[in-house]
Amino acid sequence: MAVKDIDQVGLDTYKFGFHDDIQPVYTSPKGLSEDIVREISRQKDEPAWMLDFRLEALRQFERKAMPTWGADLSRIDFDAIHYYIRPQDRQARSWDDVPEDIKSTFDKLGIPEAERKFLAGVGAQYDSEVVYHSIRDDLEEQGVIFLDMDSGLREHEDIVRDYFGTVIPNGDNKFAALNSAVWSGGSFVYVPEGVRVEIPLQAYFRINAENMGQFERTLIIVEPGAYVHYVEGCTAPVYATDSLHSAVVEIIVKEGGRCRYTTIQNWSTDVFNLVTKRAVAYRDATMEWVDGNLGSKVTMKYPAVYLMEPGAHGEVLSIAFAGEDQHQDAGAKMVHAAPDTSSLITSKSISRKGGRTAYRGYVQVMPEAERCRSNVECDALLIDDRSRSDTYPYMDIEESDVAIQHEATVSKVSDQQLFYLMSRGLTQEQAMAMVVSGFIEPIVKELPMEYAVEMNRLIELQMEGSIG
Amino acid sequence: MTATNGQTTLSIRDLHVSVEDAEILRGVTLDIPAGEVHALMGPNGSGKSTLANALMGHPAYDVTAGQVHFKGQDVLELETDERARLGMFLAFQYPAEIPGVRVASFLRLALNARRETEISVMAFRRLLMEKMQMLRMDPKFASRYLNEGFSGGEKKRNEILQLAVLEPELAILDETDSGLDIDALRIVADGVNRLRGSDLGVLVITHYQRLLNYIEPDRVHVLIDGRVVESGGKELAERLEAEGYERYGAAAASEDA
Repeated sequence: MAVKDIDQVGLDTYKFGFHDDIQPVYTSPKGLSEDIVREISRQKDEPAWMLDFRLEALRQFERKAMPTWGADLSRIDFDAIHYYIRPQDRQARSWDDVPEDIKSTFDKLGIPEAERKFLAGVGAQYDSEVVYHSIRDDLEEQGVIFLDMDSGLREHEDIVRDYFGTVIPNGDNKFAALNSAVWSGGSFVYVPEGVRVEIPLQAYFRINAENMGQFERTLIIVEPGAYVHYVEGCTAPVYATDSLHSAVVEIIVKEGGRCRYTTIQNWSTDVFNLVTKRAVAYRDATMEWVDGNLGSKVTMKYPAVYLMEPGAHGEVLSIAFAGEDQHQDAGAKMVHAAPDTSSLITSKSISRKGGRTAYRGYVQVMPEAERCRSNVECDALLIDDRSRSDTYPYMDIEESDVAIQHEATVSKVSDQQLFYLMSRGLTQEQAMAMVVSGFIEPIVKELPMEYAVEMNRLIELQMEGSIG
Repeated sequence: MTATNGQTTLSIRDLHVSVEDAEILRGVTLDIPAGEVHALMGPNGSGKSTLANALMGHPAYDVTAGQVHFKGQDVLELETDERARLGMFLAFQYPAEIPGVRVASFLRLALNARRETEISVMAFRRLLMEKMQMLRMDPKFASRYLNEGFSGGEKKRNEILQLAVLEPELAILDETDSGLDIDALRIVADGVNRLRGSDLGVLVITHYQRLLNYIEPDRVHVLIDGRVVESGGKELAERLEAEGYERYGAAAASEDA
């Protein structure tokens, strides 16, 4: 166990409650073992129940076979990964080590200097204290809790204990089990009854290394009649040292509450991005996942909503963009467990340069869940003949009095569209980017403004050099 | 060939065009001087739309022989977008639908593509509204998705709106009258007439003489089987309306042999 000496790397820069005292810097050796899980928990000074949760998850992880039904995961080497790196250690990387293509994308996106370093994993913290501080005060007045998950556990153990692992049990699937064993960072959000959080809560505001770790864990609780919009990620490429990102997000939306969770992620193209996201929605509650998957080598992500009581409504709006050597296997899961529940899935995928996208969706209607409505629409756009898109819509309907619709389209950017736009003076790349932007517009318009602008800019960048 | 009042804007010489190895245009020669309106008439299948598409550089249309010059430049060397930025414009018979792209955002990008400095959002807005008013279009039209769900008349009006905003030096109107009722036809023709002036050359491609009642041509050319078989003044269009294209049938057939 490589426990190092106390490090003098600016611990005082952790302003958001990670560490009140100086602790040893710790990087776990590569590979996974019970000792490592115990050490992670010890480092974080966690209560015993959390350690038990982690250890049980580890056993589940070891028992479970790799999923073989989706993307090819055979190249993941679990023994080659550091499962826990304290944030201080991440500062060690130098700007010179950051690949040129990532730097040039920062340039083109106009990412501020301070943020670039963070996103590239060079700086451990983006100093957003000023921005975040006033927001945090407003939230505190409303009784809203918005912390990193580690602090959440420390400061609000009673709440965390009631909900943690209830939506996604520690043995749910192999990667959720892995996350449950080694999780670190992520967000904890609690919105009290009747409180509407008017501004989107952005993880970005209090960005720091731990928050965007490889195994972050997020828990959001929306009490009755409350509303929150949580935004994670950003369009700039995130350059990760380790090639596996496996997050878990659990959300509970109680009666009449509403939660929207927006993700825009652009991992560097060597990352396996395997994320489990699930929400439960109670009576008349609404849960919306807005999910943008760019970058990564392989993404497998199927945000789910369990509609537990009458009137619950679930939505998934997703965009997947696969380029050369990328496989985006994304979709949604809706479980209608009660009568009079409704769901809507809109999935848009774009493949180019031999990239591969898949929509994998699951709609389940349980017996006696009468008068449910579900509408699934998945559209794939192929930029060239080498690229591929597949649709796997699974339906499990055990009640006859329901209205289920599924519509899937695959289209190509037509020569007529390109010719038309170019005849007005747009270059071929501009024309292509315009068709693609239009294709995803129904989802982009749901994004907060600055994300929508960045998203369109990013599509333009992605389309550069895509012709020919 | 044609009597030119001014400088020749578009010059087509012995143009041969094939589509999927079938030769459609078999030696077209035409001049359109700046500021003149020329009509190209002909029956279905004579190659009218082929000429429009080939002039604009559609990749499915192979130019196998001949030359096209615009403002003195060899346009056959240029990509479609370069031709557009040089000042050529095609009003499509069947404009493509671009879902999710609003008319206004598309037009602003297109306008900026041919300007040295970007037009401000406000100035563009004013320009667009002014042109839309001229074409009696509902302002809401600007935020609709380009051609998606447009009626035939709306599509054609949208083409003329683009013509009005982009102010090209040569406009090719490919069957702009097809599918228009008489009111829409008047509005579209009125729009074109307002844009007529010393700079704009217009090639009006049409099957029927009807449109030419509203857009009066300086010259009329008859295209039969991929060749211009007759050129004349506007009275030629009237004669075609009365007599049809059958009188060229024999001529065309004998040339085929």
